[in-house]
Amino acid sequence: MDLILVNLIDGLVTGLLLFMLSAGLTLIFSMMGVLNFAHASFYMLGAYFAYQVSLFLGFWMGLLVAPVIVGILGAGVERYGLRRVHQYGHVPELIFTFGLALLIEEVVQFIWGKDQMPYAVPEILQFTAFSIAGNSIPAYKIFMIFISVAIFITLLYVLTRTRVGMIIQAALSYPRTVEALGHNVPLVFMGVFGVGTALAGVAGVIAGPVLATFPGMAVVLGSIVFVTIVIGGLGSLWGALVASLLIGWITTFAKSYNVRMEDILTGLGVQKPVDMSESLIRDLWTITSPQIADILPYLLMVLILVFRPYGLFGKRDA
Amino acid sequence: MTTQSLTRPPLVTLSGALPWVIATLFLLAMPQIFTSNSALTIMNQMAITIVFALAYNMLLGQGGMLSFGHAVYMGMGGFMCVHVMNYVEDYSLPIPLPVLPVFGGLFGMGVALIVGSFSTRKAGTVFAMISLGVGELIAACSVIVVAFFGGEEGVSGDRTYGLPVFGTEFLHQIEIYYLTVFWLVLSALLMYLFSRTPIGRMANAVRDNPERAEFLGYSARWVRFYSFVASGFFAGIAGGLFAINYEILTEENLNLATSGSILLVTFLGGVGFFFGPIIGAIVFTLLQTVLSLQTEIWQLYLGILFLATVMYFPGGLAGVLMMHALPIRLGKAGLLVVPYLRTLLPAALCILGLAGALEILFHIRHAALGDSEMTLFWVTFDSHAPLPLIAAIVAVAVGFWLARRSAPELAEAWHKANTPDGGAA
Repeated sequence: MDLILVNLIDGLVTGLLLFMLSAGLTLIFSMMGVLNFAHASFYMLGAYFAYQVSLFLGFWMGLLVAPVIVGILGAGVERYGLRRVHQYGHVPELIFTFGLALLIEEVVQFIWGKDQMPYAVPEILQFTAFSIAGNSIPAYKIFMIFISVAIFITLLYVLTRTRVGMIIQAALSYPRTVEALGHNVPLVFMGVFGVGTALAGVAGVIAGPVLATFPGMAVVLGSIVFVTIVIGGLGSLWGALVASLLIGWITTFAKSYNVRMEDILTGLGVQKPVDMSESLIRDLWTITSPQIADILPYLLMVLILVFRPYGLFGKRDA
Repeated sequence: MTTQSLTRPPLVTLSGALPWVIATLFLLAMPQIFTSNSALTIMNQMAITIVFALAYNMLLGQGGMLSFGHAVYMGMGGFMCVHVMNYVEDYSLPIPLPVLPVFGGLFGMGVALIVGSFSTRKAGTVFAMISLGVGELIAACSVIVVAFFGGEEGVSGDRTYGLPVFGTEFLHQIEIYYLTVFWLVLSALLMYLFSRTPIGRMANAVRDNPERAEFLGYSARWVRFYSFVASGFFAGIAGGLFAINYEILTEENLNLATSGSILLVTFLGGVGFFFGPIIGAIVFTLLQTVLSLQTEIWQLYLGILFLATVMYFPGGLAGVLMMHALPIRLGKAGLLVVPYLRTLLPAALCILGLAGALEILFHIRHAALGDSEMTLFWVTFDSHAPLPLIAAIVAVAVGFWLARRSAPELAEAWHKANTPDGGAA
C-alpha cells in the first residue's frame, strides 16, 4: 500500500512534467496544424539556459529568465522560420521542425559540449519533505508538482476566463473571422508558439537537475511527448493531461513492480518449454515489466491508433 | 513526353532509355577510375543509400507521406538477410548470395503490410506520428527480442560461406560492388517503372488532392497502402544490400537517427523529381565521409544546410538544377554565368568565413587546456589570438556585402534568361 502511494507520487511527477511539454505542443498543433518536432529541443534549451544563468544568478533567477529566453527564441522561430515554410504546406513544416530539432542539438553540443552539465537541485530544496514507510520523498519532487499544477491552473484560467484566452480560442476555430474583427491573428499565432515553447522551457528548467542536463535529453523525452498527444487526441488539452498522467503512472508502476512474463504465462496455464535455447520465442518467457516499461507508451499508442484512431479525447476528424 | 496523339507512345524510347544506359555504364566503369578500397567502400555505401532514398521517396515525394520510421523496413530486411545468411551456412541451403536481397525485400514488405494496414488510413501529420511511434517501438524491441535482433551487439553473418556463383565467392570488395550495382540498377528501374504505372500515378493524385481522387472512385487509403508496401519492399532490398556489405546489423539500423538521416538525404536531393534522392544520396555520402574527416562539427553544418534547404529551396538540389531547364531550352543560360560568378563567389567567401569563425570558436571552447594551436584551411595559427577570428568575421562581412550588392543583378539576369525572345514574361 505504501509503495503504491510512493509510485503514485513518482508517476504524478513524470506525468505532470510530460503534460507541461504536451500542453504547449497540443496548443500549437490545434492552432497551426503543425506538430512542432523541435518542442523537446526547446525543453532542452530551457535546462541549458537555466544552468548557464544559475551559474551567475542562482537557480531562482534561472527559473525566471530561462523560459523567457526560450519563449522569445520560439516566437522568433515561428516568425522567421515557420511562417516562411508555411506556404509550402504541412509536410515541409514538419520537416522544418525536424531539421530544427537536429540543429538545436548540434548547437547545444557546439556551445556546451557532449558531457552532462553539473546542474543541481538548489540547496534550499535539498531535504526530505516527508517519508512514507521508509521511502523518502524529496522536497524537489513536491516543488515540481506545485510548479506544474500552478502552471496548469494559470493556463486554464487564461484560456477560459480572460479576453486574451477568448481571442486565442476563437482564433483556433475561426481565424479568418477573428482577423476580420480586427485582431492580429499572425501575432496571436506567434504569441501562442512563444508561450508554448516557454512552457517547454519551464519544464526543462525544473527537470534539468533531476533528469540530467545533457545533449540527448531532447531525444529521450521527445518521442514520448508526441506519443502522449497522439494518445490523448491531437489538439485536445484535456486529452494531453489524461494521457500524460496515464503514461507517467504506467511507466512508473511497470518499473517498480517486477512482473514477469513467465508468471503470467504459467498462470494462464501455458507449459514452459524445457529447452529454450533454440526456441524462437524464448525472449517472450524472459520479459519482465521493468524491461518493457519504456516501450509501453508506444505499445499503448499503436493500440489506441488501431482501435480509436482519433485518440482518447480527439474529435473524429481532427 | 509531349505527344498529344491518341496512339499509345512506344514503351521504350531512345531518349527514355538513354539515361539508364549511361548511368549503368558509368557505374560499371567507376571501379576502373577509383580503384582504392576506401573508394569502393564509399561507393557501396552510396549505392545502398540511393536504393533506400529512392524507396523513401516513393512515400515522401510520390505519395506525400512523411515517415519518421522508415529505417525499420530497411533494418528488418537487413536482419532477415543476416539470418538467412546464417541458415545457408548452418544447413548448407542452395541459396546463392546474389538473391539474398529478395528475402530482405519480402520481409520488409511483410512488415510494411502489417504496419501499413493501420498507418495509411491518414496521410500528413497522423501518418508521420504513427510511423514515428512504430519506429521507436521496433527500435526499442530490438534490445528485448534477442532471438531475432541479437540484443545490444546485433546479429552478424559471413557472406563468403554461401554457394559460389560462377566461381565468385564474394571475398573481395569489388565483387560486392558489382553485386550492389546490379541490385541498384534493377531496383531503381523497377521503382521508376512503378511510378509510371496507374497505381504510381494515382499515388501522385492522392498526394495532391485526396478528396478529388476519392471522387474519381479511388480509395485514397488503398492507394497509399500500395505505395507503402512497395516502398517497404525496396527498403528491405536496401537492407539486404546493407547486410551483404557490412555483414552485421544492430539497433542503430532501426532507430530514429537512421530514419531521420534518410529524410535528410531525400529532402536535400529533392523530392519533386525521381532522380532527386540519387543526387541527395551521393552528395550526403560524400559530405559525410569528406567533411567528417576534416571537422568535428560537420553535423552542425549539415543541420544548417538542411534547414536552409527546407526554407529557401524546398525543391532540393534537383529542384535547383531543374530550374535551369527553361533558360537552357531558351538558349539563354549563358546570360547567367557572369552574374552567378559575381554573386556566388562572394557568397562562398562568406560561408567559408562563417565556417572558419565557427571552427575557431569551437576550438576555443572545447580544445584541451593549453592547446591553442589549430590548423584551418592549411594555415596553422593560435586560436586564442584575436586576429584569425577577426579575419574570419571580415571575410563574412565582405562576402555578404559583395553578394548582396550583386544579387539584384542576378535576379534581373534570371528574369531575362527565363523570358522567351519577344514574348511577354
